[in-house]
Amino acid sequence: MVARPSEGSPAISTHKPIQLILARQLASSLAMPIVIVDAEGTLIYWNEPAELLLGIRFEETGEIPASIWREQFAVRDDEGKHIGQHEWPLVIALTQQTPVSRTIWVGAPNGMWRHVTWTSVPFIAQGEEFLGVQNVFWEV
Amino acid sequence: MRVQLWGTRGSLATPGPDTARYGGNTSCVSVTGSDGSLLVLDAGTGIRRLGASLPASLSRVDIMLTHLHMDHVQGLGFFAPLYRPGFEVHVWGPASATLSLQGRLMRYLSPPLFPVHLSELPCRLSFHAVPCGRVAIGEFEVEAGMVCHPGPTVGYRIRAANGKVLTYMPDHEPALGNPAFPSLPRDWTSGADLAFESDLLIHDSQYSAAEYPRHTGWGHSSLVQTIRFASLCDVARLVSFHHDPNHSDTDLDQMTAESVADTNPAFQVTAGCEGATFEL
Repeated sequence: MVARPSEGSPAISTHKPIQLILARQLASSLAMPIVIVDAEGTLIYWNEPAELLLGIRFEETGEIPASIWREQFAVRDDEGKHIGQHEWPLVIALTQQTPVSRTIWVGAPNGMWRHVTWTSVPFIAQGEEFLGVQNVFWEV
Repeated sequence: MRVQLWGTRGSLATPGPDTARYGGNTSCVSVTGSDGSLLVLDAGTGIRRLGASLPASLSRVDIMLTHLHMDHVQGLGFFAPLYRPGFEVHVWGPASATLSLQGRLMRYLSPPLFPVHLSELPCRLSFHAVPCGRVAIGEFEVEAGMVCHPGPTVGYRIRAANGKVLTYMPDHEPALGNPAFPSLPRDWTSGADLAFESDLLIHDSQYSAAEYPRHTGWGHSSLVQTIRFASLCDVARLVSFHHDPNHSDTDLDQMTAESVADTNPAFQVTAGCEGATFEL
């Protein structure tokens, strides 16, 4: 009767952690644009206000892997200078697991540019488990 | 596996003539394997009778706590095997972000709330924080997963050697913030991975549909929500559990009949009754 970790039986991976489920529920009831990204960088949910900002509807696209959304968006500073992806708040929060906030211009796939304060906050669960990033966009 | 209900009441032990049939003890379920392995799901007041019924030949028990609310741990200090020298007791349950499982339990199992310190118990006591992936305990494979309920709370999915699956989620509010529940797919539903295609699901059903709106966010479900959750998860049988202290036997009969009529589930729904057994 020895308790031991089972081998060869990984946990079900498609199911979202409860923290992300609750974050989605909260985001769906708020009026400010919120985008939730998992630990791999996949856009797993964005609420209706974020649909206006991003120019894409969650119901139409579903989740978007990082390899795709990184090519669909552009970011500039207040002087119109291009900001590299490694400086995007989301990418910093993903790679360094630290909160970041910056006021910038975001270009969506539909060609629209929005002036926003983009705040990215990592989700850290018990055991220092990194679950993803919550992004809040505040129009300037 | 043999599943037996020793306590089905939620929140507060509720003995009395109005609750004699479904029972007044708080959450406790035993799961016995064909090899004699024994899991005890939660340590509510029902655990006292269970402890008194265990054979002298038993040498190990694994207590799987879903969370540390009082109705799930109040019986722990009255579990007879804790006082058997050398008896092996493994306690599994969620830690918090700042305190170990043992530290959290000691808040209750120490003076002034309880006369005996954990360290004074003669049994061989060990603690294991969950979730920690899948573990083998005797013939069982056990997996814990965090679920929607205030404070760190898990549900348990238990697979027996014959492949049958029991899922236990006594305190769970998957419909929180989702008035049209279950409008989202399983991947986005709390606990659905644990309950998926279970042969038996024991699940929170504290409220009637009329009562739930006044208790949103308290961490519990109405029976109608629970039936819908079970349908989403394609379970084979549902046992409603964690009955509200204010619900008499007559109330539970009526609530079960109405909820089943409203939802017309494809599986059997049974109101959890103290003493009931299920063979899987």
